[in-house]
Amino acid sequence: MHGLLTEAFVTSLMFGAITAGIPLLLAGLGEQISEKAGVLNIGVEGMMLMGAYCGFAAAYYSGSFWVGFVFGGLGGAAVAAFMAVLCVRFGMNQIVIGIALTIGAEGLTALLHFFQFSRTYPRLGEVGALRIPLLSDIPVIGNALFAHHPLVYLAVALVFLMMWVFRSTFIGFNLEAAGNKPAALDAAGVSVIATRVYAVLSTGFLAGVGGAYMANIGAGLFIPFMTGGAGFIGIVLAMLARGRPLWVLFGALLFGASLALTTALQVAGLNIPTDVVQMLPFAMVMLVLVIFGRHSYLPPALGHPYVRGER
Amino acid sequence: MSTGSEVTGSSSTAGRDRLLAVVRVLVPVVLALFVGALILLSFGKDPLAYYGYVVRRGLLSPSGLEATVTRIAPLLLIAAGLIVAFRAGIWNLGVDGQFLLASVVTAALAPALMGVLPWGLTMLICFVAATAVAAVWSLLPAFLKVRYGINEIITTLMMSFLGISLSNVLVKIAFNDPATTVPQTATLPVEDRLPRLFDTTINSGVIIALVVLLLVHLMMTRTAFGLKLQVVGANPRAAVHTGLSVGKLTYATFAISAGLAGLAGSVEILGVWGTMRADWNPAYGLLVIPLVFLARFHGAASLAFVVFFAVLMIGGESASRRLGVPHFYVLVLVSLLLIFFALVEYLDQRWRKRSRA
Repeated sequence: MHGLLTEAFVTSLMFGAITAGIPLLLAGLGEQISEKAGVLNIGVEGMMLMGAYCGFAAAYYSGSFWVGFVFGGLGGAAVAAFMAVLCVRFGMNQIVIGIALTIGAEGLTALLHFFQFSRTYPRLGEVGALRIPLLSDIPVIGNALFAHHPLVYLAVALVFLMMWVFRSTFIGFNLEAAGNKPAALDAAGVSVIATRVYAVLSTGFLAGVGGAYMANIGAGLFIPFMTGGAGFIGIVLAMLARGRPLWVLFGALLFGASLALTTALQVAGLNIPTDVVQMLPFAMVMLVLVIFGRHSYLPPALGHPYVRGER
Repeated sequence: MSTGSEVTGSSSTAGRDRLLAVVRVLVPVVLALFVGALILLSFGKDPLAYYGYVVRRGLLSPSGLEATVTRIAPLLLIAAGLIVAFRAGIWNLGVDGQFLLASVVTAALAPALMGVLPWGLTMLICFVAATAVAAVWSLLPAFLKVRYGINEIITTLMMSFLGISLSNVLVKIAFNDPATTVPQTATLPVEDRLPRLFDTTINSGVIIALVVLLLVHLMMTRTAFGLKLQVVGANPRAAVHTGLSVGKLTYATFAISAGLAGLAGSVEILGVWGTMRADWNPAYGLLVIPLVFLARFHGAASLAFVVFFAVLMIGGESASRRLGVPHFYVLVLVSLLLIFFALVEYLDQRWRKRSRA
């Protein structure tokens, strides 16, 4: 009996860690692209939230999770487009605009939800999980790791794709140059502005997909303000990962696990107040920052708009 | 910084500059209200009716005006703290957590102490305790900033989420009043709260807030300490080279700005509610942070924006009940204002650059 309890607990915790970790992973990877290119994207929380609403509404009306994810990504990218124009093209203060976009997305999604669904919170249907043959039959970890929506596997694959892009493609080198020495990139004949614009739009798209995953798969519904700081955790992940996508994955799973602990503990029969458990991921972030904080790294040109010929 | 307005020789150019400054404020406000109106229209609401109702309820009706002036107190105290922080180049975005923790401490202390100590001493202890708790809550971000140079935007936000949850835990578990059905702290009787002004429902918190704002203004402009903070804010590396102890100044800045957010929570509990309910989070910080940006960290301009948004908030809260426009609309307006302000500033600088060339 005791063995069964722990097995259910472990499965629930691992499954939950992945479900809660995927939005963080996508936001963190997205933020990493922006930061690499020298843009501190504080608006990622707003991009996630817009992605969550657009993704939910699209999935609700189309009945397809994939349509939801695409629209979620587009919603996030739409918010990012403002950031790209205002901060990259016009060189406005990235922090001020980032905060403005987050607040705006919070207000706008809450309004959109109210006028579309009034005070109801409709739920989406069953998630079509992709059970990977054989692997998903392994006891305990099989169900926890290999029976998720296909997007989960795509997101993990993205980690390795990004490692390759950063390490051995011109896109990766251009991003790095835009963040480290934009003038050199400019001198090499590559537009710093364009590089950063693409970076910011990619961030918006990934954060939007992350938000859509959070709404459609994680919760199955949209609630105003539902991201609750996940975008900011994504920024922490990018900050601590020092440009390495694999570390974002580890961090996302760690913070995801602390988010998932509520349900896992309930499965194990323990009833800890939700407010206490809600503190866990943020306490974990602070703890990680205290321990590893001195190792965080941000590119030199981060936060500075690029103006040709100016130092 | 902009270098355009250096030459103010004759009075006519000074007058024109002042006019331009007013235009630079008015244009974004008008644009934000206009785009906001388009958003309302797209939701099938009549923007003129909405704005009209907000002004009537928030400014022109006696009870609305009293609510507006009451609301100004916490907003202004938070703004005063943020002015200090932002001028010193520190982005304390965690004021909501600091505000709520201080509110819990006040709500727990005040009814308990009132039976033992005289009224004045109770109020004083509450103010000091609330300020101290909020300041302590900002210690860890300050440490991480000073020691490892970790961006305080993230750490203060993380501490804010932590603080919001912790204050709920405290209300529900530690200080819950068993006599009530919903989790909340023991209630301070109305006659023991902050005294009201004249025959209105406005409490004296707004006086405290105005005095604090004035003190902050004097501190930043008339004292050596304020000047040091401004130097750190303008150029931290230069500040180190001039021999300023940037670390200590950073701790002090965090403590002041968080402490004033705490005082705001204390004033709100002692003046308006008398108790703290679980899951209560007015998220004033979310609104005030952008306003202080808009005011360019300036005291008088912050006051103007706070008044403007207090009207919008109070009017908007009634409008959400009467006209079916959720008060989240105010957030959209703030966002639009920020964007248009930045845009007008950008165009203005570009125009000046071109006229100089």
